[in-house]
Order: sequence, then C-alpha cells, then structure tokens
Amino acid sequence: MDNLNKLTISEAHSGLREKKFSSEELAKACLNEIKVKNGDLNAFVSVTEEEAIGAAGNFDKKLAAGEDLPYLAGIPVGVKDIFNTKGIKTTCCSPILKDFVPPYDATVVAKLKENGMVMVGKTNMDEFACGASTEHSCFGVTKNPCDLERVAGGSSGGSAAALAADMCLYSLGTDTGGSIRQPASFCGVYGMKVTYGRVSRSGVTAMASSWDTIGHFAKSPEDVASILEVIAGKDPMDSTTPDVAVPKYLDFVGKGVKGMKIGLPKEYFGEGVEKETEDKVKESVAKLEGMGAEIVEVSLPMTKYAVAVYYITMPAELSANLERFDGIRYGKKADGVDDLVDFYFKARGDGFGDEIKRRIMMGTYVLSAGYYDAYYKRAQKVRTLIIEDFNKVFEKVDVLIGPVSPFPAFKVGELVDNPLAMYTADALTIPASAAGLPSLACPSGKSSDGLPIGLQVIAPQFEEGRCINVAGALAS
Amino acid sequence: MLSEEEVKHVAKLARITLTDAEVKKFSTQLSGVLDYMDILSEVDVSETEGTNQVTGLNNVMREDDVKASPASREQLLETSELPVDSKQVRVLPAIK
Repeated sequence: MDNLNKLTISEAHSGLREKKFSSEELAKACLNEIKVKNGDLNAFVSVTEEEAIGAAGNFDKKLAAGEDLPYLAGIPVGVKDIFNTKGIKTTCCSPILKDFVPPYDATVVAKLKENGMVMVGKTNMDEFACGASTEHSCFGVTKNPCDLERVAGGSSGGSAAALAADMCLYSLGTDTGGSIRQPASFCGVYGMKVTYGRVSRSGVTAMASSWDTIGHFAKSPEDVASILEVIAGKDPMDSTTPDVAVPKYLDFVGKGVKGMKIGLPKEYFGEGVEKETEDKVKESVAKLEGMGAEIVEVSLPMTKYAVAVYYITMPAELSANLERFDGIRYGKKADGVDDLVDFYFKARGDGFGDEIKRRIMMGTYVLSAGYYDAYYKRAQKVRTLIIEDFNKVFEKVDVLIGPVSPFPAFKVGELVDNPLAMYTADALTIPASAAGLPSLACPSGKSSDGLPIGLQVIAPQFEEGRCINVAGALAS
Repeated sequence: MLSEEEVKHVAKLARITLTDAEVKKFSTQLSGVLDYMDILSEVDVSETEGTNQVTGLNNVMREDDVKASPASREQLLETSELPVDSKQVRVLPAIK
C-alpha cells in the first residue's frame, strides 16, 4: 500500500488489524517521508529510526500472536523536544540543553509507551517554548509545508509541520498562550489545547506553570479524541491534575450540533483580524447554523488586556522556572571561571538564546522590588476579570468560536526583530489560556494565497468533549 | 522606559551576562513592551482578587510514604557535565 504515512490514526488502526500493512511498514513510510522532506522543513531535530523500527516490530509480533493491543499502538508519533524521553536527547531547542539526555520519561510519554508508542523523532520548537514561529530554536526555523517561505507557527511548529507534511500520524505539543493552536492553524491540522491540568505536565520542561498545558496535533476530530482519552487524567506526579473523570471522547465526534448554542465573541472578529480570516471562520459558523446550531453574538470585553496580562505573568513564572538552569545539575557547564557566581553568569549568558534572555529579563523586572504590585499583582487581578468574562458568557452559550490567529502564516523573518508585534499575534489564543479553558483549533478553509486558516472552539473547563463535538460536525 | 543601567541591574539579578549590544537592544525592546503594559492601568481592579491558579485546587495532599523515584541518584548525577565526587558534582576546585 502506498502513502501509508498519509493515513489518519483511525484508518491506520483498522488497516493494521485487517493486516493490510504492518506497523513496521507504517513507520518506514513516515521515516522515509522525513528523509525526503526534513531538509526543507526542519520539522524534526532528531530522528529515532532504530527505536521506531524496534517498537513497530514489537507491535507486529504481538498482533501476529493474537494479542489485544491498545488503540494507539503501532502508530507513528512525533514528540515536541520539550517532553522528557528516557535515553533520548531532549534539548528544548536551547543551547544550554543541547546534549541533555533525560533519565526518565514524561508521564505522557510513559502513558503512550504503555499504549505501544512508535516515536519517529523529536520535533523542533522555539527555545523553551518561547515564541510564535520556531524562529527562536537553536536548530533554526521550521518551514511551513504549505509555503516554504513562511513559518509553521510556534512554539510547537515542528510538531504541526511534521503532521501536516505526513511525517507522522499525530504529534505532541505544549500550549501556554497558543503554542499548539496557532501552529495547527498555520499548517492546516487540528490542535488540541486542553483544560489546565487535564493532562499531566510531569517531565515536560516548565515554561509558565499556571498556564502550561500538554496537548496534541491530529488530522481528524476522531484522532483528537482517541489521543486525549489516552493522555488525559490525574497524575500523582503532577498535583495540578484534578481528579476529574476522563469521558469517552470518541462518543462526542458524531453527536451533531442541533440545538447547541454557539457564541461568537465580537472582539474576536474586530480590529486587527484580516477580512479573509474572518470570512472563512464565518463560513464554518454558517455551516454549523445550517446543521441546527444557534448562533449568538457575545462580548468578552477584557480580551484586549489579555496580551498584557500574559506578557507580565508568563515571563515572571518563566524566569522563576528557568532559575534551575545553572549549568550545574544539567546543561552546558561554564569553563574558565573563578567562582560560583561567575559560573552562573557564564553558563546562563552563553546557554540562553535571545528571546529567553529577553523574557527572563522581563520576568525578573516585573517581580523585582518596587514593580511587583504595579505589574505582576495587577496582571493577576486583570486575569480574574478575564475569567469572569468567560464565566458570564458560558451561562448563555455552550461553546465559543473565533479565529485562532488574526492572520495566516507570516513570512520567515517578518516579525522576528519586533517582539511586541510577535506578542500581539497571540491576542486571540491567550484569553482561553488565561482562564485555563480547552480550545480546539480546526482547519477552516484557505486564503486566496492557499494558506490554511484555522478557527478555535473554546469550551468551559473539562468540556473538551464539546470542542470535539463541534469539530466533528464541521468535518462531516 | 528601561535605561541601560536598569537593564544591567536586572541582568545581574537574573544571573545572566549580557554583551554591550544586548544591553542596548534590550533597553529599547523591553521599554517598548513595558509601555504596552500600561494598558492595564485603565482597568479598575480595586475590588478584584488576583488569580494564582485556575481550577480551584487547594492543598493537594498525599500519603506520606516513600515511593521509588523515576531516576536514581547516579542517573541524575550523570546528567551533569561536571565531575562527580563523593556522590555530588564538583563545580569548582576545593578552597585551599
């Protein structure tokens, strides 16, 4: 069979069980695609061919022996290089961790291994997940498979591009302020940002601890659901994962949207959003209306403050989290220094890239004496008001729909020297993150230049099923 | 506005060496970002509590029993580039 790498998970799942192809053939199809395309795209920073073939061979043997194997078993995955993978380099695409080999797996990786994971490689990202374009990776930018002059988005750009280019059948990422949804939208795939705490963060390098979430990229709503069923749930290793039951997410795919109330926040269709993006999202909304959903215009007046709230609290938390990178316990050591303080200055000065230094500086400044109340404390209060905005609209509607990004993928280099412009590009993804809400990015047509446009379905906390429900209706 | 002196001070607090070019660049860029943050001063937060976490969890407890760590001390020491001495990493030569 040709083009095995283009299958969805559900198609591959059936094909494997019908013996149409083996897991090894599936893995080889992906690995071959990586060989052909990765030179141009730079989606993978390391390829784990041997491990992948080994794991796939294991699956094939067990299947032949008649074992009942998990749904995701034998399916090739790309993993963002921020997830600890035991014995396999995990760099966060930072010079300071360039040779770091973790001694244990992230909980999500361990769960997927129990489910017969076949990992084909680790994917590119902005250094420590800080960026919206992967231009801040020490391995260079990931290109957009739809247009090589453009970025794939970020920070999980490698995972989005790898999936969109059929180098794997699904991929893992992290979303703190939009880092799954925005690259998914730029590359034309589904990207699930879960409720804060829905998926364990243990073993995934922390960026901003009150915002970070773990999620995934997939090619269909079914696949989004089947992955989430495996990775969601309470983890004793992450005390921020509440003990909320994990529903059968697959049951939501075909539920239909008849009678569902869908809110369109007027702030998500206003100033700064490109006309074509707005039109394409509204076409999808019209489709849902045609299927019986009720469309309601709503308002989230605090939306315009979300970027400022994020770019104060996130660097504050980031600067604290990255204190652990001192070149001593892990990471590049410093040479030729006289004392311990010099060691820190040199290890960190040499080990962090531009954007990380900028954000650490920002975070240190807003937490420093005299500025804490004016910036950090105030931002935490405005964050409360953003949450109250959402609480109010969710009394009236079941889900919200808006564009993911105000515009399609931008060109490589276009925003890199203008951090503020890059930051405001996150304006529509940050609010849901501020409130810890799930949001699923779904493809919603293409621009006249052929660039993918994405919409996001935002739901109340722990209602990922509603996002999948709407995505399922849109894809039908 | 963040002066170059302030940038150097913050870099010192954060234990990061910056080149002169970086100091210049960050002074301009961070000033721009901080100016943007002023937008928050329009919001009335006099009656609002701050949000530290979003799912309402409080005092998450577990039984106080020892469980195996996902990695051994030896494995953790191996992640350091520094020499291991008496089950610790040696950062600098001993003081004589």
